[in-house]
Amino acid sequence: MAQVVPAGQKWWGGGKSPYNVEYGKLMMWFFLMSDAFTFGAFLISYGSIRFSSNSWPNPNEVFRTFPGVPGEMPVPLAFVSLMTFILIMSSVTMVLAVASGHNNDRKGVVKWMFWTILGGIAFLSCQAWEWTHLHGEGAWWGRNPFMNADGTQSSTNFTNFFFTITGFHGFHVFSGVIINIIMLIMAWRGSFDKRGHYLMIEKAGLYWHFVDLVWVFVFTCFYLL
Amino acid sequence: MSDVHVDAAGHGEPSFSTKAIWRTFWILLIITVVELMLAILYYKTSFLPKHFLNGIFVIGTLAKAFFIIAEFMHLKHEIKNLILSLALPAILFVWFLIAFLWDGNSYKELRNKYDSYHVQQSKTPAAKKPGVE
Repeated sequence: MAQVVPAGQKWWGGGKSPYNVEYGKLMMWFFLMSDAFTFGAFLISYGSIRFSSNSWPNPNEVFRTFPGVPGEMPVPLAFVSLMTFILIMSSVTMVLAVASGHNNDRKGVVKWMFWTILGGIAFLSCQAWEWTHLHGEGAWWGRNPFMNADGTQSSTNFTNFFFTITGFHGFHVFSGVIINIIMLIMAWRGSFDKRGHYLMIEKAGLYWHFVDLVWVFVFTCFYLL
Repeated sequence: MSDVHVDAAGHGEPSFSTKAIWRTFWILLIITVVELMLAILYYKTSFLPKHFLNGIFVIGTLAKAFFIIAEFMHLKHEIKNLILSLALPAILFVWFLIAFLWDGNSYKELRNKYDSYHVQQSKTPAAKKPGVE
């Protein structure tokens, strides 16, 4: 707990914010909560279908190509590791932007927002490459060229869930990049200095970290399990 | 003034420490690298039972989620009212996960018991499609 509460303080006694955060930030948290349940519903329905299947494609067999490397990589999952690293890294630059905002350091905010946006665009580019590559292999909604791990015919459940969930996540990354670009322009033009605080950066930051958080789960569910 | 309140800038919380941010980064990176190494090792040598590995992956994922929410999203440094308002509804996920995975599994067992066509289908090796590997 950051705040030292005076003895006898009643948080719910009225006249002050019982959450001790600004209104917009609280609403961002509640929005993210609802978004978490949306993603949760997607991932749990994927799990439910996977539990009801006798066999499932092996992710190590499906995801083993890398841009610029002909044929298959000697180790699977190399490309997705890179994507994960990019997203974690952009989350770090986002916190650094928020930290700069706390100190009302406009230059720092602009610098770190720039790197965050670059990371987001890099992630989206990686995803575009991966989708294009899988599409080239014949995978798409309603089409699944991959076999189950035990060599039997796989259903289209695998590709349908993969493209729907990574697509929904990618759309979140895309809107996050747009929001971050708007925040960068506003910070650069000094709008937050006029307001006297950088709370908008914190709200955009919460959204951006949430996107990273969802990726952690998508990564586990589709590539590791 | 005895009231604890947020000023317009939300200052009142301690500012972010750059050291803690980088510490969290290294924790996230190390967990991810360990998970990947175990996945690749299993793929190459079938080292450790898959169910055990899945347990490690789930624990690693939850640990990463905790660090992102607590440090990057700064929730650990907010007051208890806010933390509980978010953490308590999240408990619904426990039921959500158990109920639906259980249901999926039960559907599989029922189909394997009563749908002999499905069982036969899921035991027939697939014909290789032209153009795929």
